[in-house]
Amino acid sequence: MTPAALSVRSARKRFGGLVAVNDVSFDLRPGELLGLIGPNGSGKTTMLNLISGALKPTAGEITLAGERISGLAPHRIAQRGVARTFQLVRVLPGLDALGNVMAGAVFGHSRAWGGEARDMAAALLSRVGLSGREHMPVTAMTYIDQKRVELARALASDPRLLLLDEWLAGLNPSELRIGISLIDELRREGRTIVMVEHVMDAIRSLCDRCVVMSSGRLIAEGGVDETLRDPEVIRAYLGDDDDA
Amino acid sequence: MTGFNLEETRNLALGTLAVGVAALLPVFDQGFYLAICVNIMLYAALCTAWSLFSGPTHLVSLATAAFYGLGTYSVGLGIDTLPYPVLVAIAAASGAVLAGLVGAMTLRISGVYFVIFTFGLAEFVRQVVTWLQTKFATAIGLYVFTDITESQIYWMLLALTAAVFLTGFLIARSTLGFALQIIGNDETVARHVGIDTARAKIVLFMISGAFIAIAGAIMAPRYSYIEPPSAFNPMISFLVVIMALLGGTRRLWGPLVGVIPFTIMMDFVSSRFPNHTMIVVGLAFLVIVYLIPNGVTGLIENARARMKGADTVAREKTA
Ligand SMILES: Nc1ncnc2c1ncn2[C@@H]1O[C@H](COP(=O)(O)OP(=O)(O)O)[C@@H](O)[C@H]1O
Ligand SMILES: [Mg+2]
Repeated sequence: MTPAALSVRSARKRFGGLVAVNDVSFDLRPGELLGLIGPNGSGKTTMLNLISGALKPTAGEITLAGERISGLAPHRIAQRGVARTFQLVRVLPGLDALGNVMAGAVFGHSRAWGGEARDMAAALLSRVGLSGREHMPVTAMTYIDQKRVELARALASDPRLLLLDEWLAGLNPSELRIGISLIDELRREGRTIVMVEHVMDAIRSLCDRCVVMSSGRLIAEGGVDETLRDPEVIRAYLGDDDDA
Repeated sequence: MTGFNLEETRNLALGTLAVGVAALLPVFDQGFYLAICVNIMLYAALCTAWSLFSGPTHLVSLATAAFYGLGTYSVGLGIDTLPYPVLVAIAAASGAVLAGLVGAMTLRISGVYFVIFTFGLAEFVRQVVTWLQTKFATAIGLYVFTDITESQIYWMLLALTAAVFLTGFLIARSTLGFALQIIGNDETVARHVGIDTARAKIVLFMISGAFIAIAGAIMAPRYSYIEPPSAFNPMISFLVVIMALLGGTRRLWGPLVGVIPFTIMMDFVSSRFPNHTMIVVGLAFLVIVYLIPNGVTGLIENARARMKGADTVAREKTA
């Protein structure tokens, strides 16, 4: 049996008195698109931070294709092939769109340089719908276009695992359609993806499986429809609404 | 590695020309102008080397005096036993090693703590050298007698400055330069695209420290008598920061714009009002930090950008 593309074993993250991720375990098959959902503050971003190395787990183990990555520095994990986008989009303001995407191509998993990196970046920009805007300052771009740049940057490293943190949030309905079909294409080319998302339509149409977190715990896991019907999941979401 | 593009070729040609012209100076004057130009060239090398690190990382180092003094002492200690070029190489190596140690120790500290740490380090090194000398040597200082002339010192400093520029130019086109650009933009992104940010900064600090130590080694013959208060003079660290910030560190040649007028002014002040140099330095520091935080070259670039912006706005309005 081939090892799981990603395996999270009893991952835990404690911030002082708060346990933001509480003994969470799940696996990801190669080529699978997993939805990671849950109410606000349930620990989804923290979970992604543990995988990408932005935070070190307090306990537990995370392996990428059988190799342990938990505890490594984020640049090492990136070099092993994990790429991500950020919940609050993070572009490099001093670089143009091409430079932003090249940043992903040069140091990460793919390690291209010079003309090769430039060509890769240009191809990815056109893939996310930004051809002709290679030399536009990213600060002059709209929010969705900055998100596209960020996605292209993540893809430029040719990642073995892609982490998307609410990449579809903040898009208007027509942008959302474009965004969903873009992720669908990535899924079809066989990328392994963990996608944190609030947009239920996107989860339903894109994900093979989903994992639900609530207050740091994993409360449900499985096929999308059955999981969303789970009474505990419904309670978690409604409870969150009551609090709000 | 790709070949040089048009702009790079032009910059290389201009740089070579400037070095050629500057090299002619001692032919015309061996007195006052040469002396002041040695100072200008010294600070040109120091400030550019300092900016190699502090420009992209935005970390202000006050350790310049430590590297400089180390270079001076490498020559002072070895001049009777080893050939001068070997001593310069030793100076470069000790500068790089010290910078590597400091870099490794300061990995986790940032901003103002880095400033204080480097300042403390320079003072600490000075105290250690003083202590060693009173403990193991008969005098507090060292005599450096060589037949190296003022013109030769000038030429060596010019060569050093050219080497610093060339290094900066090559770094800018390398993956290290690209990594630093990304780190300067967003360090979190830098780490997540696979950049070992700590290593990049340490490598850069070592390069910078080695060059500063070489400057000290070149200047040693000019002092003839070396003692800790002059070799590790904290004033050197402050002057370097002030001149580099005055010129601006966004461009490789930015510090030069600060070095030339400021060295001339300091020369005037220290000959006319020798007791007031500290006041002038302090005032200059305040004025620069408050009024021109990005330096003169930053001002010029911003003005240019504004004009360009106004241009496009005007064009859009008419379109
Ligand atoms: N760096 C941090 N330090 C302290 N608390 C944090 C930190 N990051 C997240 N938290 C807390 O952990 C909990 C989970 O946050 P997060 O993972 O961002 O949730 P989600 O992404 O599911 O909305 C929240 O209560 C949040 O305040
Ligand atoms: Mg979140």
